This record gives sequence, C-alpha cells and structure tokens, in this order.
Amino acid sequence: MATRIGIEVSIALADAVKLCNPDVIAAYPITPQTHIVEHLAELVADGELDAEYIPVESEHSAMSACLGSAASGARTFTATASQGLALMNEVVYVAAPMRLPIVMAVANRALSSPLSIWCDHSDMMSVRDTGWIQIIAENGQQCVDNIICAFRMAEDNRVLLPVMVHLDGFNLTHVIEPISLPEQEKVDKFLPRNQFPLPLNPDKPVAMGDFAPPVIFTETKWAQEMSIQKSLPVITECWDEFERAFGRQYLPVEKYHSDGAKVVLITMGSTSETAMVAVDELRKNGESVGQIRLRLWRPFPFDAFREAVKDADVLVVIDRAISFGGPGGPVASEVKAALYDQAKKPKVVSFIAGLGGRDITVSGFQDIIHKGMEIADKGSQNEYEIYGVRE
Amino acid sequence: MAKSESELTWKDLEIGCIIEAPGSARSYESGTWRSQRPTYDFKKCIKCGLCALFCPEGCIEQNDEGYFEANLFYCKGCGICARECWPRVIKMVEEEE
Repeated sequence: MATRIGIEVSIALADAVKLCNPDVIAAYPITPQTHIVEHLAELVADGELDAEYIPVESEHSAMSACLGSAASGARTFTATASQGLALMNEVVYVAAPMRLPIVMAVANRALSSPLSIWCDHSDMMSVRDTGWIQIIAENGQQCVDNIICAFRMAEDNRVLLPVMVHLDGFNLTHVIEPISLPEQEKVDKFLPRNQFPLPLNPDKPVAMGDFAPPVIFTETKWAQEMSIQKSLPVITECWDEFERAFGRQYLPVEKYHSDGAKVVLITMGSTSETAMVAVDELRKNGESVGQIRLRLWRPFPFDAFREAVKDADVLVVIDRAISFGGPGGPVASEVKAALYDQAKKPKVVSFIAGLGGRDITVSGFQDIIHKGMEIADKGSQNEYEIYGVRE
Repeated sequence: MAKSESELTWKDLEIGCIIEAPGSARSYESGTWRSQRPTYDFKKCIKCGLCALFCPEGCIEQNDEGYFEANLFYCKGCGICARECWPRVIKMVEEEE
C-alpha cells in the first residue's frame, strides 16, 4: 500500500513524472514551476531517473526539443508557467496537429504586465485554442494522479495528443500536502510503453510538419478537431481505469451537492476546495446551493456539463482570467455557449476574481454566491463583475 | 499515384499529416501561383543556361533541341529568367494573353 506523506506538491509532481519513467525532459525554470524541473534535474543527476535531461536556453527551445523527442517515440515531459508558456506559444501550437504526445505541467501564473509571479488563469487561457488536452488539478494528489493519467491519455494511439496538467502556482506548487505516491509496479502496469505509430527512424524515413496549401489545409484542421473530440471517451476511460487501479475517481465535471441545488457555483482549480467549504456552510443554513468543479477544460465536456447543471436556476461562474473587451471570463463565456441552445437554461452570472494571486476566502465565496443570486433576481448583469476591486 | 490533393478528405490524411512517401513536393503544382509566363524567341538563344542557373524554382530544363525552357507545372512566373537573359530570348507575358 502506498503511504501518504507530507511533501511539497512540485516535488511530488516530479516524483510522479519519475514513476512514469520518461525518456526526455527538456525544460527551462520559471517561477512558480521551478521546483518541478529542478527536482527532475536532481533525480537525473543522481542517477535515480534514467532520462535525457536537456537544460535548454529558453521555453521556445524547450518545446522545440520536446517536439523532436516525441516525434522519435520517446516519452517526453516539460513544465512551464506564464511568461515561459507565452514564449513557448509558437511551438505549443505545432505539437497537437503533429499529434505528438508530450506531457507538460503548467504552474498557472498571471501574465505580465504588470509583472506578477502569483496565480491566475491568464496563461492557461492563452493556450486554450492550441489543440492540447487541458486538465486542471485542485490539490497535490490530483497533480500526481493526473500526471500519470496524462501520459497514458497522450500516448494512447486513439488519442495521440499533447496534454497539459494545470496546477495553480504557489497555492499548489509551493504547499506541503499529504500525498500518496503510487507504487512503481502499479504505475508500470497502468501505463503501457509509448508506441508512437510512425516515429522518426532512419530505416523508414517520413516527413513531419509539412507545408499544406489551401487545397488541403482545411482537411488537416478538421482531422485535428476530430482527434480532440474523439479523445473525450478515452480520457474518461483512462480515469475509470485509474480508479480501478488506484481507488481515486476523476470525472470531467465534478459535482458537489449540485444535484437538485437551485444555485450552482462553478469553479476551476485550487480555489474549488475553499469554495466547497463555503458551499457547506451555506447548505447548513438551509440554502439550496451546490457546486461544480471543471476538471477538463479541453476538450470541453459539453454533455457532462449540461447534465450537471440541468436542475439549476442560477449558475455563478468564477473566472481567474479576463477576456479584455470581450464577454468577461472565458469559463463563463464557455458556460453560456454550452447552454444557449438548451430549451431550459439557468441564468448565468459571471464573476472575475482571484487575479494575480489575490485570495478568495470562504466568506468571499459566500459573498459572491449571494451577489450572484441578487443579480439573477434582478435579471440583468452588465456582462460580468470583477469581485473585490477597489473603486 | 493515389488521390490528388484536391480529392483527399480529412480521413485520408496520415496521423499528424505525416508523409510516408518521399518526393511528394514534386506533385505540388506551384505553377498555379503564376500571373505571367515566360515566352521564348529561341532564334536568339545561345544555350548559355544562365536562366536555369538563376531560376529560384529550379524548374528550367533543356528541351530536345537543347534550348532552356521553364516547366510551367512549377514556374511561378517571377520573371528572373527574363531579366537575366542578356540575349533577350525570354519575354514575360500576362497569363491571359
């Protein structure tokens, strides 16, 4: 039985990567992701992990090295955050249409300017349309478990897509939590060998990442869209298998007292657990409040989401990012799009909160829920509200 | 040769758009980019081959009589050959002419 130990989440995540026995790690350190790649570098230097560690000169090079590595059929890992992800952006786009199963941990952090090293989801949203599978963790255990799942999902020959595992910077990366690291034999059994179907091989040359003229480009993009749509059942199958092997359940949309609740709070990431405490207290006072935590951001689990909110009258959505000059929060905008064509749909109230590391407390969540109910009663909201801003 | 590019559906594409057969660039008709095409007055041609040396597309070859001539399947109509041809053999004309 795996023992539960107190360990910093970044270190545990790196240990989870080691359990997956990667062949290549190409990474550049950036706050708040540094401890992850630092620990992996230590493991390689100490001979505890037999992998090629490439200390590249930038994140752009990190992802470029990962493309080459994954194309050769090697199990490949990297990690970054914020400005690093932004610098990497050009190459992040290349991975998914080339169907390269890279796994990347992203320690969510605000994008400059002004400079902030603290958490929000602006970096995560900046890569929303790159075609990667995006999973978000709420605690350290989920980081460990989802790293292991991410390799299996990415490398599954029915998927072959890169996967990002998001964890909130500092709120998760730098905290010590009780975490159970699975046993090596069980991970080996759960995670089959990487069998990339057409790896770079001098005996059987192929061309990758070619030029596509207008006559074929549309077809390539539809093939890419089909690949991520078809990944959804494999993702849930992987989580089901994980539950059978390790006893912990994961779903694309996690419900918390949401069945039958009139008001449902929608959260994503580390603040979800604080929000659950807020929901508990409101329910104790007899309020019909529940919560939904999005675990999978891409592909967006439309069916599971619609099913989860079917009883609600009001959805209060929390976003940790702004689409400037647009509809407010990216999650709220997705939620509205998912419901627009439904015959019966709840009112959606959008709040932006927790930007650049600002805490949302238990009473803050209660306040947001109550404000959301007031706005829904009045029946109108001016696109969104930014919670707690000093006016 | 299997289907041409204009016949391929998304399902025909290899995973990740990987190309397994070598030489596929050869089947790409870059000649459709052309708005002007080269015409030749071979009476003036001294067969020096300068046009072929300067052609950025590498699409100029000697024909059966030894004259240098662009392959219009690939020629993009840039006109570099006409500019470099000092005996003035090559003249660019509009495609619709």
